[in-house]
This record gives sequence, C-alpha cells and structure tokens, in this order.
Amino acid sequence: MSATVVDAPAPTAMDRVRTFSARRASVLPTLAAIVILVILLIGAQAEFGNFLSPRNLSALLLDHAYLMVLAVGMTFVIVTGGIDLSVGSVMAFTGILGSSMLASGTPVWIVIPVMLAGGAAIGTLIGVLVQYFNVQPFIASLAGLFLGRGLAYVVSLSSIRVENEPILWLQQTRFLIGDWYITPTGIIALAVVAAGAVIMALTRFGRTVYAIGGSEQSARLMGLSVARTKVLVYVISGLCGGLAGLLLTAYSGAGYPRNGIGTELDVIACVVIGGTLLTGGRGYVLGSMIGVFVFATINTIISFMGAEQSWTHIIIGALLLLFIVVQRAIVARSDRRT
Amino acid sequence: MTLLKHHLFWPSAALATLVVVNVIANPNFAKITMRDGDLYGNPVTILRESAPLMLVALGMTLVIATRGIDLSVGAVMAVSGAVSLTIIADAPDPGSLGIVVTAIATAVLVALVLGAWNGFLVSVLGIQPIIATLVLMLAGRGVALLITGGAITTVTSAPYKFISNGYLILLPVAFFIWVAVVAVVALIERRTALGMLTEAVGINPEASRLAGVRSRGIIWGAYIASGVLAGVAGIINASNTMAADSNNAGYLIELYAILAVVLGGTSLMGGKFSIAGTVIGVLTVTTLDKTIQFFGVPPAQSPVFFAVVVVIVVLVQSPRVHQWGRSLSRRRSGHGPGDAGGEPAAASATPTRQEVSA
Repeated sequence: MSATVVDAPAPTAMDRVRTFSARRASVLPTLAAIVILVILLIGAQAEFGNFLSPRNLSALLLDHAYLMVLAVGMTFVIVTGGIDLSVGSVMAFTGILGSSMLASGTPVWIVIPVMLAGGAAIGTLIGVLVQYFNVQPFIASLAGLFLGRGLAYVVSLSSIRVENEPILWLQQTRFLIGDWYITPTGIIALAVVAAGAVIMALTRFGRTVYAIGGSEQSARLMGLSVARTKVLVYVISGLCGGLAGLLLTAYSGAGYPRNGIGTELDVIACVVIGGTLLTGGRGYVLGSMIGVFVFATINTIISFMGAEQSWTHIIIGALLLLFIVVQRAIVARSDRRT
Repeated sequence: MTLLKHHLFWPSAALATLVVVNVIANPNFAKITMRDGDLYGNPVTILRESAPLMLVALGMTLVIATRGIDLSVGAVMAVSGAVSLTIIADAPDPGSLGIVVTAIATAVLVALVLGAWNGFLVSVLGIQPIIATLVLMLAGRGVALLITGGAITTVTSAPYKFISNGYLILLPVAFFIWVAVVAVVALIERRTALGMLTEAVGINPEASRLAGVRSRGIIWGAYIASGVLAGVAGIINASNTMAADSNNAGYLIELYAILAVVLGGTSLMGGKFSIAGTVIGVLTVTTLDKTIQFFGVPPAQSPVFFAVVVVIVVLVQSPRVHQWGRSLSRRRSGHGPGDAGGEPAAASATPTRQEVSA
C-alpha cells in the first residue's frame, strides 16, 4: 500500500477518499444508504413538492416505529453471523397476547412485562438451540417463526380491539415541536436505537458480538464469553419482538394474529441496506435505522404515487440485491488486501 | 440391526407412527372408497395434496445437496400461477387445450428464468444462498401481484382444472405428476454421475473443483431445477383452487419443504442427499397436516405442532443429544460390552451416513 503512496507528492482529495475507503471499508455501505436516503428524499420532494413537510417526515417514524425496534434486535443477531426469522410472528404473538389480556381486564403494568417476557422466551429458545444444540440459526429461528405464529392463533383467531388508556396513549399523544411531532412510540423506537448503538459500540458485550461475527473460533480462544453472548443476542431480538408487538398494538389499536407476516424479510432487508454484513462481524445499529428510513421513504413515496403497494417489495428486493453485490465487492477487496 | 441403521428407517418409522395414530384415533382414516371407477379417501387425498410440496421439496433437496437453500420457491409458485392463469383469463377461449398448454409452457419458462437468476447470483457472483434467494422471495410476490393487477385472477378452464382435480387410472392426476417427476429426477441423479458430482460439490466445493468437477454448472443447474419444479408446483396449486392468489400461493412452502427434506434425512450442511427420504418426508408433513386437522385444531394453529416437530428433529440430529444418548446407554449397560461398544458405535455413525444413496 505504501509503495503507491511514495512517489505521490502530496495527498490529493482523491487519495484521501481512497485512504478513507480502505481504512473504513465497513462504513461505506452505511454511507451509501445515507446517500440513497438523501436522493430518495430530494427526488420525492422534487416530484411531489410537499414531501419534505414536517408532518410527513414525522409520520415516517410513527408508521415504522415497530420496524425500527425489530431492526435493532436483528442487527445484534446478524452481526454475530446469525439470522432471526421469528421476529414477525413473535411480534404478532405478543401483540395478540397483550390485547387479549387487556380485554380480560388484566392491568397494564402486568401486561407489558408479560409481552416482553413472551418475546424474550421465544428468543431464549432459539438461542439455546443455536448455541447448545448446534442448530443452524436459520432452522432454529424457523421453529420460532412457526411457534410464534401458531401461538398467536391459539390466543385468538380474530383480531382483538384494545381500549386500554395507557396503551392508546402511546400512540395518540403528540409532542409538538413546531410543526414536527413525535409520539411516545416514536420516542421508544429512538430510545431503543440509542440503547442498541451504545451497547454495540461501547460495552464489552457489544465488542464480543463483533468478535463472534468476525471469527467465533478466535473469540473463543480469546476467552470471550461466546456461549452467553450468542444466546443473549437472540434474547435481545426476542425482547425487541415483544416490544414491537406492544408498539404495533398501540399503533393499530388492536391485536391481530396475522400481523407481521413477512415482516422478518423487511427487517432483514432494512438491516442489510443499512450496511450490516450478512456474514457477520460488521454493521451498525444506526445504519439499520437508516435502512428503516429508506424502507419507510420508499413505502411513503409509493403511496404518494398511488401505485400498487407490491412495488414496495420489488424495489426493496432490488435495493437488497444492489447492497449485497456492493458488500460482496467490498469483502472481496478487503480479502485481497489481507 | 442393519434395518435400524438404514437411512430410511427413522423417516419411515415416523410416517408409519403417524398413520397408526390416525387409524387408532379414527378407523375411517385409512378407508378408501370407490366411486365411478375412481378411488377416494384420506390416503388418496394425501397423495393428491402432496403434489406441490413434493415438487418443491425435490428441487430443494438438490439445492440443499449443493450446500445451498432456495427461499424463493413460494414466490416462484405465485409468479407461475399468476402467469398461467393470466394467459388463460386473457384468452378468447379459456377451455381450449392449446391455450392451456401455452399457459403452462410460458409459466414453466418464467420459473426457469427465475431459477436461473438465483443460480447466477449464487454460482457466478458467489452470494450466500439464503440472501441471494431472499431477493426473489421479497420481490417475487410483488411481481406476481403486478401480473394479476393486484386482484385474485379466477378462471374456468376444464383442461387446466384437470391437472389437480382430474383422475387418471383410479388415482388423481396430481399424484401421477409427482411420481413421474420423482422418477425422472431419481433417474437423472442416480443413473448418471450427476448425483455423485452434486454430493461432491456439497461436501467440499473447493476439493471437488480441484478434482475437476465443474461446480459452477452443477450449482446453477440445481437452482434452475428448483425454479422449474416450483413453477410446476405453482401450476398444480393454481389448478387446485383455479385462482391465482399471489399473496397466499405457496405461502411458507419454502419452510415446509426444508422441513420435509430434513425429515427425510438430508443434512442441511449439504452433501449426501436422499430422494426417497424426501418423498417420505413430504408424505409425513402432509399427513401431519391432515392429522392436526383431524383432531379438530383450526388449521391456523397448526404451526405450533410444526414448531414442535422442527425442534424434535433438530434435537435428534444434534451432536450434543447424541452424546447424552451415548453416555446414558453406557451408564445403563454398566461394565458390560456397552462400555467398549459405545465408541465404535459412535464412530460408525458417520460412515453409515456416507453409504446413503437411494
């Protein structure tokens, strides 16, 4: 690397970019996601004129708060090199469980912990299968998917309305800042992102998550608590599923056992678009937040255009493809360098 | 003892147990009646309804054997159903045989292209199979919805309906379709070197490449086969309901197919695969589905039972449980021959699995 720099007189802007991209290759996909988000927002504003209104942008967060919470949990799992397919059905299960408990008169301070615990329990099951029984994450979380979806229907076959004040408060309250507004659900989502980002970047646990994704064998030889961490990431993802169940219930005012079908794919797509490497070891919680905003913006643009909602998934699929090819190129390049 | 070690013993035992439980719970379960020269009854229904899952699981077996996975099969089914029914619906004469043949040929061709696309991503670009096929899994249903214009296309076409609902000699056409496809795939894989090469690629891609196996073409071919088979499954599925429901056609079928393949004894780690095992696995899944309905559980709740099955199957395959089982049997037999027999039995577990071939 130094050989090429030797005869260069002074670092030009191009050189700086090159050095930056070589040293910080793992940030590049996230930067690309930010660029895409900005292009989408500017394009939408140019097309519709009223897209970048505070009201509309506030709604982006409001409508996708549950997705953001799921994406944070998924980021932990994917950075360890795993995957969690169960999140959508866990969200449906905890949502309908909470709704039915509220409908039968259980106080809300019991219901919310039970919802979170329900999600964490399924996460624990997956984590134990993955870590202690050497089951592939894909299959273990598939069992979690079936379990969550089936249990949701065991609780109730049809939707249950929620008329509980504190739950509806989460959604209906609008804290106004000028024309901008944020709901308690939005605050919860952002708090989860902040907590996730801090845990990933600054704690020993977070470092271990990255280490496992980089090389599980090395992490183990370094004496890191691999087993505990690998179970915990699935517990975290399950917990996020439970919380997302709460947010979605508040958002839609009802629990519904068919909620979140296919959401796991949206979440994985958001996380990948946000720059997390599916092979593990690289990724940022904040990147996943950007990924969710990209998804949310595409969704909103499509409803602005009045086009078929099925376009959302086609475009997300195309973006996903673009990002995995970009990631592939980046990994191939850093492999060559080492 | 040799029977116990046969690779099809446990899958067959599971299926047999399931059937016995059903017959005990409801003696009418195995009853077959003759009406107008055709056979009816639960066993016949299971053979007929297995068809889409059977085709998808066959393709999945080949893909899994190359160490891959194909998540897009459900979406490919939706696309293929949408394509064929849209062609028929737009034709002036939906009932004509020519139109139906054109519709089926086009749908299979589209499915082939989709399979080739997956294969391209995996074998040429080297993208992880889960992710590469996730793209189409996400986008495929969207494409199917665009083809049908967001609605559920329904048609009336006697020849098309015949595919899933018709009868040939005594038994449903759908049954003959899957038997024929199983036979063809088994012939190609097991009477030529292709099956062996596929296993070589799955067991060690790098070593097989060094040995001169063209792994790229073999992997690509597996995804194309999976796409085509999913396409045919989509046609059978659409013929069953005579409607192209892009949201629900083949919903979760990728997961049931993977379950069936694993039940049949093919490891998700790639390599050795068993076509006969997959056939038994699919029949087990379909029978289990029927059993759950028989016990009066709403179909929507059946995933709980499948979750339990998945957990049991993976636990049975897990090395840690094998270890527990061995230490348990050693303790029970005390200082007898079990003490010495424990280790060789354990060591022989791998070789027996490698003898597997159907």
